[in-house]
Amino acid sequence: MNYNINEKGYYGEFGGAWIPEMMFTNINELKTKYLDIIESETFKNEFDCLMKNYVGRPSPLYYASRISEHYGSKIYLKREDLNHTGSHKINNTIGQILLAHKLGKTRIIAETGAGQHGVATATVCALKGIKCIVYMGALDVSRQAPNVNKMKMLGAEVIPVNSGNKTLKDATNEAMRDWINNPEDTHYIIGSVVGPHPYPDMVARFQSVISAEIKNQLKEQTGNEYPARILACVGGGSNAAGAFYHFLDNKCVELIGVEAAGKGVDTHETAATLTVGTPGVLHSSKTYLMQNNDGQITEPYSISAGLDYPGIGPMHAHLFKTERAKYLTATDEEVLQAALLLTQKEGIIPALESAHALAALNKIKMNPDDVNIVNLSGSGNKDMATYMNWLAY
Amino acid sequence: MNRINKLFQDKKENILSIYFTAGFPNLNDTVKIIQALEKNGVDLIEIGMPFSDPIADGPTIQHTSEIALKNGMSIKLLFEQLKEIRKTVNIPLILMGYFNPVLQFGVEKFCKTCNNIGIDGAILPDLPLNEFSENYSEIFTQNNLNNILLITPQTPAARIRQIDEASKGFIYMVSSSSTTGAGKKADDFQTEYFENIRQMNLKNPRMIGFGISDHAAFANACKYAGGAIIGSAFVKSLNVKSTIEESISYFINQILN
Repeated sequence: MNYNINEKGYYGEFGGAWIPEMMFTNINELKTKYLDIIESETFKNEFDCLMKNYVGRPSPLYYASRISEHYGSKIYLKREDLNHTGSHKINNTIGQILLAHKLGKTRIIAETGAGQHGVATATVCALKGIKCIVYMGALDVSRQAPNVNKMKMLGAEVIPVNSGNKTLKDATNEAMRDWINNPEDTHYIIGSVVGPHPYPDMVARFQSVISAEIKNQLKEQTGNEYPARILACVGGGSNAAGAFYHFLDNKCVELIGVEAAGKGVDTHETAATLTVGTPGVLHSSKTYLMQNNDGQITEPYSISAGLDYPGIGPMHAHLFKTERAKYLTATDEEVLQAALLLTQKEGIIPALESAHALAALNKIKMNPDDVNIVNLSGSGNKDMATYMNWLAY
Repeated sequence: MNRINKLFQDKKENILSIYFTAGFPNLNDTVKIIQALEKNGVDLIEIGMPFSDPIADGPTIQHTSEIALKNGMSIKLLFEQLKEIRKTVNIPLILMGYFNPVLQFGVEKFCKTCNNIGIDGAILPDLPLNEFSENYSEIFTQNNLNNILLITPQTPAARIRQIDEASKGFIYMVSSSSTTGAGKKADDFQTEYFENIRQMNLKNPRMIGFGISDHAAFANACKYAGGAIIGSAFVKSLNVKSTIEESISYFINQILN
């Protein structure tokens, strides 16, 4: 079984580039050039140098002894929350800004949900002196104020999107419309492993630094580079794609993605796309979607703005369909409990998104000697208002 | 013969195509609008199938789509409304919309139903040329349904030739790089691009669309192509008079004269 992208831009039956003709020239340019660019020595050197000296990589792989004791199995945390800007999102934006520069683009657009990708994009645009426009659902603008302020201070223009549910899906629509209206000078930095080919593969490659480091660090710390399992939260699925990437072909490693159940997968207030969705085409990719019988996309819900998306990357659709990876869900309440547990046992406040992966530790069978990796994709700094609100309740 | 092909065989210039969103302003206006458009001298009609996430559309069509969906429009219901349409009108009809609702309805069932009702073409902007040619071209042909493909100022010449090869009916020339209803003025249009395409001597006739909103823009577009398509400006005008019929009559007269 092949878990990588094929020459047509598909993972099995999922993916492709279902783009309107207005996007053809830009997507075609990316498709024909991205591999040559990102595999060139100069690109790799620049990327590695920034990863080390600017982002602060490698991010630690931390053996969390107190929650290990709590769960009766060995829990390691991959500390993507310690990256510059507080999440894994910077791995991708560094890669894409270097790529945009090589393509001669002078204007960057991005969509953002929780604001982590928006901040990571605004950051690399400041770093390279390139104009930056971030589309963000109006609801997310109001619930993620600290990140909105950061983007503004970094010099980005934040445009609130008032269509649809005013969240990530709507911000993505608006970013695509911007690209259609500005086809010459603009590069669209998509923040997850979603969108038309080559984005899912390109973003997964930039994020694959996570699993490359896990392998080295595990080998160093335990003598064995393969863990029993890896857990990561999944919205679009970029941190999970990065954490799974170098383990895809080793079947001994169990891969677990955790979707946002919201208020429960049997309610309408959920964002668990693989669990409740069906295949279709959204944002130029064939993948699982939350939709009604008429093919209209339904509005997702999650306490975490970063997972509040009605689609999922085509790579995960394929891993799900082929059963290479398992996808679980965690409800808002389970997530908050898991975040509090980590905070009080390890002194680490996780992002609400990452806390979904932690919540799944309650739902799987682990042997005492198993090595379990949780990808701690982001820091909880941005979520303090939500946490305080819940704790006071 | 397919009514679109017949139209372009009989008429070579100043062809007016009008787009409207099915289910807007009211759920059951569809037939009424089609009849009024034919009566007022429109040559071709594009019936919009609303989608929740119309990425190639500007605010006007986004808005009409949202209202239409709230009103309860779906492909299934639209076919229901159009079941008897050929008893009253003879104008070529095209269904325009995004691919996902068609995929969920079933592409083959969609094409067959179009054929049974007397729909002549489809415009599905996010069904790209390669996917269409590999997977769906045959089903469309079997059902006498023309798939109308788009070109833009950015489309390379070699690709325009491929699109011309794969097209039946006409080629939809997007006037400038934009979403629909961008409201650029007639003199902003890239006449150089229009002229270059005209000189390519494509086998299919061409219609120019996106941002055509008044008589001047229509007349200008007609200099370079068989005609032009008006969407956003039309749906915005549906409430300018006391009835839809009067509004349509008023708008079409403004465009043609």
